[in-house]
Amino acid sequence: MLRWILGGREAQGTVESAALFIGEEQPKNCFTEMQVLKGHFDIVRFLVQIDDLRFASAGDDGLVLIWNVETGDHLIELRGHTQQITAMISYTFIRGGNAHTALITASSDRTLSLWDPDSGNRVQNISDLQSPVKCLLVLVRLDVWLSGGNELCVWNRDFELQCKTVHHSDAGISAMVELPKNFIAAAMDKEIVIFKLNLSGSDIAVMAMRHLADHQDTIHSLIHVNDGLFASGSHIGELIIWDSVDWTIQAYEHILWEEPARDGQSEFKLNHQKPIERSIQHMSSDGEYIVAAVGSGLYVYNVLMKSVVAYRRIAHDSNVLHTVLQQDGCLMSCSEDGSVRMWELQDLPLPAEPASSGFFGMFGTFGRSSKQTGPPAKKIPEVPGLRSLELIGDLIGHSGAVQMFLSFKEKGLVTCSTDHLLIVWKDGEFQSQLRSLAVFQKLQENQEL
Amino acid sequence: MIGSPDVVAFTKEDDFGDSFSDPCSLPEEFSVPLFAHAANANPWTKTSYAKFSKDFILVSEFSEQVGPQPLLTIPNDPKVCGTFDLNYFSLRIMSVDYQASFVGHPPGSNYPKLNFVEDSKVVLGDSKEGAFAYVHHLTLYDLEARGFVRPFCMAYISADEKKIMHQFQELSSEFSQASEFLKSGNRKAFANELEKKLKDLEYTRSVLHKETELQKKNNGCYSTQAIEKANELANVEKSIYEHKDLLRQITSYPSRKKKDVDFVQRETEKLADISVLDDTLNSNHSDIADKTVETESDSRKSSYTPQLIKAKSAKCFDKRLKTMEELCDANFFHQTLEQLNITEKSFRGDLCFIYTSQIGRALLGKQRVTSFLFEEWEKEGTSKNLNIFSHNPTVPILNLPGELLSLESYTTCIDIDHIKPGVESMEGPPESSLSDITQETSEAADTETKGSFSSDKSIEAFGGVSPSSLQTNYFDGLERKSKVSIASPSESASSYVAVPQKMTDGNLVPMDAACCIGQDGFIFGEPLPELAQECCGDTVVNQEPLSLLQGDPALQVDYILEESALAESPNMGLTFSELNTGVLSEEVAKINIEYVSDSTSFMSASTSSDRAVSPFTYGSALTLKQKKKAGHSALRFIRQYPFAQQAIFCLLSGRTLVILGVDEGTVRKLVNALFFFVPNLGKYGETVQPWLSSPFQLTDLQRWKLIGLQRAASPAGSSILHSLNRYSRYISILDCDSKTLRCPPYKGTLISHLADHRTQIKRGSTYFLHVQGMLTQLTAKAFLYTFCHHIHLPMDINDQGSVTSRRTNFLLQLGYTVEESKIVQYLSELIKQHYIQGSSMGGDQSFCFNYTTSYLYKI
Repeated sequence: MLRWILGGREAQGTVESAALFIGEEQPKNCFTEMQVLKGHFDIVRFLVQIDDLRFASAGDDGLVLIWNVETGDHLIELRGHTQQITAMISYTFIRGGNAHTALITASSDRTLSLWDPDSGNRVQNISDLQSPVKCLLVLVRLDVWLSGGNELCVWNRDFELQCKTVHHSDAGISAMVELPKNFIAAAMDKEIVIFKLNLSGSDIAVMAMRHLADHQDTIHSLIHVNDGLFASGSHIGELIIWDSVDWTIQAYEHILWEEPARDGQSEFKLNHQKPIERSIQHMSSDGEYIVAAVGSGLYVYNVLMKSVVAYRRIAHDSNVLHTVLQQDGCLMSCSEDGSVRMWELQDLPLPAEPASSGFFGMFGTFGRSSKQTGPPAKKIPEVPGLRSLELIGDLIGHSGAVQMFLSFKEKGLVTCSTDHLLIVWKDGEFQSQLRSLAVFQKLQENQEL
Repeated sequence: MIGSPDVVAFTKEDDFGDSFSDPCSLPEEFSVPLFAHAANANPWTKTSYAKFSKDFILVSEFSEQVGPQPLLTIPNDPKVCGTFDLNYFSLRIMSVDYQASFVGHPPGSNYPKLNFVEDSKVVLGDSKEGAFAYVHHLTLYDLEARGFVRPFCMAYISADEKKIMHQFQELSSEFSQASEFLKSGNRKAFANELEKKLKDLEYTRSVLHKETELQKKNNGCYSTQAIEKANELANVEKSIYEHKDLLRQITSYPSRKKKDVDFVQRETEKLADISVLDDTLNSNHSDIADKTVETESDSRKSSYTPQLIKAKSAKCFDKRLKTMEELCDANFFHQTLEQLNITEKSFRGDLCFIYTSQIGRALLGKQRVTSFLFEEWEKEGTSKNLNIFSHNPTVPILNLPGELLSLESYTTCIDIDHIKPGVESMEGPPESSLSDITQETSEAADTETKGSFSSDKSIEAFGGVSPSSLQTNYFDGLERKSKVSIASPSESASSYVAVPQKMTDGNLVPMDAACCIGQDGFIFGEPLPELAQECCGDTVVNQEPLSLLQGDPALQVDYILEESALAESPNMGLTFSELNTGVLSEEVAKINIEYVSDSTSFMSASTSSDRAVSPFTYGSALTLKQKKKAGHSALRFIRQYPFAQQAIFCLLSGRTLVILGVDEGTVRKLVNALFFFVPNLGKYGETVQPWLSSPFQLTDLQRWKLIGLQRAASPAGSSILHSLNRYSRYISILDCDSKTLRCPPYKGTLISHLADHRTQIKRGSTYFLHVQGMLTQLTAKAFLYTFCHHIHLPMDINDQGSVTSRRTNFLLQLGYTVEESKIVQYLSELIKQHYIQGSSMGGDQSFCFNYTTSYLYKI
C-alpha cells in the first residue's frame, strides 16, 4: 500500500492528476531557501508591498501584519478589524515634502481604516458603511481614493466622503480600473460601468457614463493593460480587450478549453473529473502581454498583435488564483493546489508543426499529458508566433491554496496561503552571499579581522 | 603535637618550575620500568601507598570546645577514606591556618570589629600518610563563638602531590566558589541572629529599666540594688550598641571585591543571586534597624518573641555550638555541598586526564564560532574557569602594592621539609621561622587597625601570586614551542597539516595568514611537514599532556575565531583511558561503573528497553556519554545498511532525514545511531525528533533535521504519508520496514572514510571518536571556507562572477566533490548564521534546500 513512496515517481504519477510534473531537478529555479512566517490565524489573502523592505499581509482573521522581507521579522501587528479583510491597498501621499505610505483596508465588518505602518496606529477609521467594500482604488493624480461595494464612494486623503453613486445592485462592484481623463471602469456582475469623476474646484462628483454589457457572464477580472487599453475576463472564459478612451472592444477571445481527445480512455477519465473550469480568475499584464488564469490553465495573449502567444490548458492541478508576468519573460502562477509555478515562454522547436510530441515531449513519461495536446491547437489554428510555456520550477511548501504572491525581485518572493502561513522564498546563493558580507562586516566591527 | 607540619604553600611556579619545566624529563611514571612493579597491579595508580582509595574532600572545623574535628567528607562514603585518620588530618590542616582570627576587641577600639577576611589557600603535604591536600580555610561568624568567628576548612585530599600543585588554580577557584556560598549564607544567618539578639537586648533593657525605676522608688537612688541594676542596664546598653555596630558591619559587607582575580569570573555569574541576596539583606536590616528604634509594642508584633537575657552569658563549654548547617542558611549549605560534589567529580582521575580534558575544554571555549556544530555543549561554569587564564594571561595582580606583603605572608606557611629544590630561585625569603609568624601576626594586627580593607588586600595578593607564575610559564612555553606542538599527536593533526601543504602545492590558493582571521592563533603555519609525519608515524601518546598553565603557547593566545586540529584533544584523553582498560586506574574504572549505573537507572525509568537506547529525554542535555554510547548503534548501522553513507550525507548536508517505520523501538534505534551526525544538534538535541506520530509541517522540516516517524494505517497515518509525499523534495526517507532509502546520490570518498562498513573499529566509543575527528576536520574546512576573504568578497563591482568561481575552486582545492561541497557549504551557512546571530539561533532562521533528484537505495 505504501509502495508509492518507495516506488518513486512512476507510482506517484497515477495518484496525482495529469498535470505537469517537473521533477526534483530544477536548475532554473533559484529559490533554494525559504522562511516560513507565522502570525495569522486564518486564511491569508492579501499581500501589499509598502516599500523595498516591508510588506503587509491580511486575511480572514482581520489582522494586518507588517513584515520585513529580508529578515522575516514580524514588525507590527495592526489590529482593529473584527471580521475578514476584503481589500487592502497601499496609499502613498506627500506630507511635509516626504512620501508617506499608508495602508487602507476594508473589512466585512463594514469599516474602512487607514493605518500607519511605521507606528501601527489606526490613523483613520470609518465604521458606518452601508455595505462592505470589495475593492479599493487609489487615484494618485487626484489624491483621492475610491471604494467599491454596492456603491462607488470617493474619499479624500482625510477620509472625508466626497461623493458616491446611488445604490446599484446586489452584485456590487468587484473591480475597478482607472482610465484616462478621470474615468473609472468598474466591473459589476456581467457589465462594465464607466464612471466619470467631475472635478469642479474642490468638489468631486461621480456619475455613470456608460454600461458595457458585452460579457455573457460575471466578470471576475478587470485590469489595466496600458495607457490605451484595459481588459476584462469573465466566468465563462471571455477575454475582452477594451479601448480606454472610447470604450470599444479591441479584441474578443473566448477561451474554450476544448474537450480533450475522444478516445475511450479520456472519456472514461472525464466521468471522474468535474467539467473543465474556464473561468478567468485573474489576469495580469506587462503592457504588451496579458496572462489570464483560466481555470487551472494559463493563457498568454499579446494585445499588440491581438493574438495568443502561448497557453497551457492544465498548468496546475487546481484553479489558478494569481499570476504575474515578469520583465524577463518569466511567468509565475499560484493555485489552489498549493504550489507556485514558474514558467518560461520558449519558442517552439518546430513552429510549423501542430503542437504534439515536440510540445509535450519532455513530459512523455507522464503519458496523460501528451494525449491532451492535440485538440487545443485546433482552436487557434497554427499561429505563427505561438510559443510554449515551459515549466521551469515550482515552489512547494504551502499545504493549502496559495492565494497570492508578491515579488521583491532579488530579495525574494512572498506567498500567502489558506494554511495561515506566509513563506518567503529566497535565492539561496544570493542570501549566502549576503550572509558572508554580513559576517565580514561584523568581523570588521568587532576588530577581529 | 603539631610539630612541623609539612605545609607547602603554593608559590610562584618558579619554585617548582625546575622539577616540572621539562615535561620530557620527568615522567618516571610513564617510563617502562614501572610495569615491573609486581606489587602493584596497576602501575598508574598513585594512591597505592596512601591509606585512602581515591581523592576526597574533607570539611573540618577548629571547634573551640573540642579542637580540630572532621565534619564531613565528600563523597560521603567511609570506604573512600579507608584507614585514613580523618581526625589526625583535620588536626594537621587546621593547624596551619595562619590568619589567627583578628576578631574581637582590637586595640584602640572599644567595640568588636568584624573582619571580612579572605580565605586562605595552602597546600599541605603529609609524606607519612601519603596524603597531599589543598586546604581552604574560611571563617564563619557565630554570635556565640569566641570572637564571633568559627574557623573552618575545606580540603581536597589526594595522594598525588602533583595533581594538587598543578591544579591549584582550579581547585582554588572551585573552593572559593563553595566558600562564597557558605559565607553568603552565613552572613544572612548571622544577621538574623544579631537581629534576634538585639530584640532580646532591647527587651531586657526595658525590663531592667522598669526594675531600676522600681528599685529607685523603693530603696532610693543609691541603694546597692539600684546601683547594681543601673550597672546592669549600662551593660545592656553597651551590648546593644555593640550588637548594632556588628549588625551595621555585617550588612555593610562590601558587595564584592572585584580585584580578586579568582572571583572575577565566578562573580559575574554569581553576582546576580548574591547581590540580590545582599540587597535583600541590606534592606531587611535597615528596616530592622529602624524598627529597633520603634516602640516595643511593635517589635512584639513580629514573629520572634524576645527573651530576657541574663547578665552573665553561659560559659562557652556549656553551650552547644551551632552546626555548620545552622551557621549557614540551609539552602546555602546544600548548595555548597552540591558545589563540592561537582568539584570532587570534576577532579576525579589522573592528572593527565584532567589536563587533557581541561585543554580540550579551553580550546572548545575558544572556538565558539564553530563548536556548536558537532561538539558537546559544555557547562558554562567549567570552561569559564579556564578562560580566566587563557583569555587574560597577564592579568597582573603583580602590580598591586600588596605583593611584597604577600610573599611574606605565604612564606610563613611554608614548611621547610617540603620546599622543593627549585626554591632557591624564589625572590622572597624561603625559610620560614617562628619569628616570621609572629612578625606577620603583629603586622596583621597593625593592618587590622586600619580596617578590614587592608587585610583583604594582603590576602588577595596571596592568591595573586599565581598569575605571575602563569606569565613565566608562558614564556617558558614559548621557548619550548616546537616541542610542544609534538604534544598534539593525532592522525588527524597530520592530515590537517596536509591540507595547507596541498594548497600551496596547488599554488592557486595563497593561504597566507592575511586571508584568515585570528591569524596569530592559526596553528596553520606552525607544524612543519616533518613534524606532521612524525606525528603520523607515532600514534601512541608518548608524552604527558601539559597543563593548561604551563602549556602550549597556542593555548595562551586568544583565538576566539580559531579552529584547530587540537579540538580532538579532549577525546585523546578519553581514548587514552579507554584503550588501557586492562590497566585502568581505579578512578577510571569507577567512573565507568558509574556510567553503567547511570544508564541502567535510565533504563529502569523508561518503559521499553528499546526506548532506553535513545538519549532523548525531555529537557535533558545531551552528554558526551550518550554520544559515545550512540557510537555503537552507529557502527551497527553502517555495517548493516549499505546506504549508510548516503544517509549520513543527507544529515551532513542539512537535508532532513525521515526515518519511517512501524515499530517505535526500531525507529528510535536508528535515530540514535545517526543523531550525532546532525550538525548543530543543540544542547538538548533540539534538531532531532526521535519519534513523531503526527503529520509534520513545513516548519518542522526547518526545525528538525532527523525525524523518526510512525507509519500507521490510520487516517493520521495516511496524512503523514501525504506530507511525506508533498515535501519529498526536501527530505530523504529511510524506510526501516522495507530497508530502503530515498535520497540524493552521493559518490564522494569523504563519507566512505567516515562510514566504512568494513571498518576495523570495534568499539562504539572509539568509532564515535573517529567520527568526531573527521567531523572536526570538516568543521575546520568549513571554517576556512567561511572566513576566507577572497572567496566571498568581490575585488570590485564587476567581480561577482569570479567570486563564485574562486569559491568553487577553493572547494575543489580542498579536495571536495560537488556533493561534498554541499556539506561544507551547509556547515558554512550554519557558521555564518551562528556568527551573525550569536548563539541564540532564533526559530526564524531560513531553511535551505536544493533541487536535486533522489534515488531509491535498497539493501
